[in-house]
Amino acid sequence: MGDIQVKKQPKQYDAIIVGSGAGGGMAAYVLAHAGLKVCLIEAGPMFDPKTDSNQLKNPWESPRRGASTKYRPFGDFDGCYWGWEIDGEPYTHVGDTKWEWWRARMLGGRTNHWGRISLRFGPKDFKRKSIDGLGDDWPIGYDDMKPYYDKIDKMLGVFGTNEGLPNDPDGFFLPPPKPRLHELFIKKAATGIGIPVIPARLSILTKQINQERGQCFFCAQCGRSCKVYGDFSASSCLVIPALKTGNIDLVTNAMAREVLTNKEGLATGVSYVNKEDMQEYQVFGRTVVLGASACESARLLMNSKSPQHPNGLANSSDIVGKYLHDSTGADMGGIIPELFDRKRYNEDGVGGMHVYTPWWLDNKKLDFPRGYHIEYGGGFGQPSYGFNWGIEKMQEMFKIKGQQKEPGGYGSTLKEDFRYFFGSHVGMAGRGEAIARKDSYCEIDPEVVDKYGIPVLRFNTSYTSYEINQAKHMKETFKEILHAMGATVTWGGDDGPHNNYGLHAPGNIIHEAGTVRMGNDPKTSPLNKYSQAHDCKNVFCVDGGPFVSQADKNITWTILALSMRTSEYIVDEMKKRNI
Amino acid sequence: MDRRKSIKALLIGGVSASVIIEACNTDEKKAEVPKAADAALPYTLNRTKEEQAYERELLSKIFFTPHEMATITILGDIIIPKDEISGSASDAKVPDFIEFIVKDMPEHQTPMRGGLRWLDMQCLTRFEKAFTDCSHEQQMQIVDDIAYPVTKDAKGNITSKRKIKPGYEQGIAFFSLIRNLTASGFYTTEMGGKDVGYIGNVPNQWNGVPADVLKQYNMAYTEKELKECVSFDKV
Repeated sequence: MGDIQVKKQPKQYDAIIVGSGAGGGMAAYVLAHAGLKVCLIEAGPMFDPKTDSNQLKNPWESPRRGASTKYRPFGDFDGCYWGWEIDGEPYTHVGDTKWEWWRARMLGGRTNHWGRISLRFGPKDFKRKSIDGLGDDWPIGYDDMKPYYDKIDKMLGVFGTNEGLPNDPDGFFLPPPKPRLHELFIKKAATGIGIPVIPARLSILTKQINQERGQCFFCAQCGRSCKVYGDFSASSCLVIPALKTGNIDLVTNAMAREVLTNKEGLATGVSYVNKEDMQEYQVFGRTVVLGASACESARLLMNSKSPQHPNGLANSSDIVGKYLHDSTGADMGGIIPELFDRKRYNEDGVGGMHVYTPWWLDNKKLDFPRGYHIEYGGGFGQPSYGFNWGIEKMQEMFKIKGQQKEPGGYGSTLKEDFRYFFGSHVGMAGRGEAIARKDSYCEIDPEVVDKYGIPVLRFNTSYTSYEINQAKHMKETFKEILHAMGATVTWGGDDGPHNNYGLHAPGNIIHEAGTVRMGNDPKTSPLNKYSQAHDCKNVFCVDGGPFVSQADKNITWTILALSMRTSEYIVDEMKKRNI
Repeated sequence: MDRRKSIKALLIGGVSASVIIEACNTDEKKAEVPKAADAALPYTLNRTKEEQAYERELLSKIFFTPHEMATITILGDIIIPKDEISGSASDAKVPDFIEFIVKDMPEHQTPMRGGLRWLDMQCLTRFEKAFTDCSHEQQMQIVDDIAYPVTKDAKGNITSKRKIKPGYEQGIAFFSLIRNLTASGFYTTEMGGKDVGYIGNVPNQWNGVPADVLKQYNMAYTEKELKECVSFDKV
C-alpha cells in the first residue's frame, strides 16, 4: 500500500458503537429502535446463526472430529471465531502474569458460543465493600437494575425458577428442563450434605416467546449458536433485528484504532482500519459507545491520546485498565460406577446444565471473601476428538462387569469397555468472585504494536490468598459431593498448594471486567453511574468495563441490563440536548 | 492414484519386503509431497477465511508413507476389529483420520512416525521382517508386548500393580497413542457413534429421564419439578 490515506465518511451519526456483542449489540438495538442513526463497527465478519451455525453437524463432518484449533479453541463446531490467540494481534505480560485473553472477532462476539448462564446480581453484589471492606461499592444498587433485568428477562427469555433467595433474585422465568439422570444423582447427594441444587437459569427458549425466534429443540449445542434463534446471542436477538430498523450502518472487519476528539475534548468519532482493504477510515457522530470488551475498550481509551486527554480518553484518573478481574475457576470430575452399562436414550437436553448450585455459605465463617456457584456436567455426550482418551486409567480403576481387566488392550474386549463406560462421567466447575484490585491491571505496552500498528495491551495481574483459598474450598466441596454420590474422582483431584488448588489462570473463565469502572468520584473512576465518561460526556462504555465488582454471577445478563440502562439514558440525554 | 486407493492396492496386493527398504529411505520432508490445491474444501462446516486457508494447507500435504499407512491400518484393525455390533477401524476410515490429525496436530507426528519405526525395528530384530510382512501370529506377539501400559497419576507415580517388560516402554507409549487416536477416529464416525449408543444430535423434546430408568436407579422427580419444569405430550 504505497499511498496511505484516511477516508473520512461524510455521514454524521447520532452514535458510533464499537463492538457488536452483548453490550454493543444491546446499545445498537435500543438506539436504533429509538430512531437514532447508528454506525456499528465490528472487528470481525458478519455472522448469522441461521445460516452460519454448525448446529446438528455430525462429528465426522469435522476432519479433526471437533478438536480445537487456535481458530476455534472450544472445538471445531464452536460458534466463536478466534479465542486466546489471533494472528497478528499479540498481547504481552509483565513478570509471571498468566492472564489469558479471549477475543471474539465476529458479529455478536462471544455471545454466539457462551454458556447462556443468565444470573442477576443480587442486592449484596452491588455493595460488597459495605459488607466485607474489600474493593468498592457500586454507585448503583439492585433497585436501579431490577427494572432492566425484568425487561431483558421478558425480551430475551431465560428459564429458571423463583426460589425467593436473598441474593439470587427472582425473575421472569420460562420453565426449566427436567434434570438429567446424573443431575438427579448430584441433586440427591449435594442436598443430602446441605448444598442446595436448584434449576439452572439459562437464556434458552423452552417456550416460544415471539415470532422471530424458535423454541429450543434440545440438541445441547448452544455453544455452536442456534439456527432457530432458540437461545440468546447478540447476533440473532439484538443486532440482526436492529438492522431491520434501517437505522444502522454496520461496518464489519473494522478494527477500531482511536476515539477522535475535538478541541473541547469531546468525542467526534472513531478511526478504524478496514481489514479487507487495509485502508484507514474515520466515522463521525454525536456520541461514541464502546462495547469492544472490557480489555479492548480500555485499550481503545488508553490509545486515544490528545492534547485535551494526554493520558488517554476518560483517563484523567489513571484508572482505565485497573481493577481488571475475571471469575475464579476450579473444576473436578469423576465417574459414577452405578451408571456403568446404562440404558441408552437421548439425554442431550439444552446446551448446558439443567441444575446448578448458587452460593450458599456465610463468608464470616470462611477464610476467603465472596462466593462461588457450581456448574454441573456429565452424561451421554456426543463423541468427539479425545473420546475415552487414556481408557487404561478407567480399566485400572474400575471392574468391568465384575472383572478386573488388564488396562489397555485391544480388540472386541476393548470395544466392550468403551460401551460399558459411556455416559458415566460427571463434572463440576466452581465459578467464583475474585476481588477487583487497582494493582491487578492491563496497560498499553510501550513497545509492541499489532499488525495494524495499534499499541497492544500488556497484562500485569495477580491472585491473592482470597482467590486461592476459594479454589481450595471449591475442591473440598466437589470431593464431598462426588463422595456423597458414590462417584470416584478421576480428574482434578490431585490439585493442591503446589498449583493453587487448580485455580485457573485469570482470564481463562472469560468473564473479564472492571477496566473502565463506574463510580461517583471522577478521581477514582473513569465512568459515572450511567457508564458515561466523567471526562468526556459523549463517551460511554457498555461491556464488562464498567463493573465495579462482578459477583459470582456470569456477567452477560448484567452487561445487557447495564447497556440497556445506559442506552436509554443516551436517548434521554439526547432528547434533552445534554449531549 | 490417490492415496486411499494406493493403500487399498497395497493391502490387496500384500506388502512386499521392498516396502521396508523404501520406508528406510524416506525422510519426513520427502513424504510431504504437495498435492494440487483443491478449489473447494470437502467439508460442510462454517469456516472463516483464515480457517479455509489453513485447511487447504493441511490437505495439500501427505504425511505418512504408504508403508506407514499400511502399518497404521493393520494396527487400527487390531485395536478396533469388526465384531457383531460394528465394523473395524478401517471400515470407518480411521487411517484417513489419523493421516489428517497428525497434520493438524504436529505434536503427534514424531511419536507416530518414530513409534511406527520402533515397531518395524522390533519386527526386523525378532522376525527379520517389517511389521506388515509378519504373520498375524508374529504381529500379535509384538502387540501383546506393547498393548498393556502401566497407569500413572498426575504426579507421575505408577498406579498399576502389574509390571511391563523392560525395553518396551517406548513401544507401549506408541501403542497407547495409536489406541487413543483410533478410538477418537472410530467413535466419531456414524458407525462408531451407533456402536457406543450415542442417540442424539437430532431435534427432539426433552421430557426428563424415562420412567423405567428412574425406577432402576430409585430416583423420582419431585412434585415441585413436575409442576415447574417444561413437559411435552408424548410423541
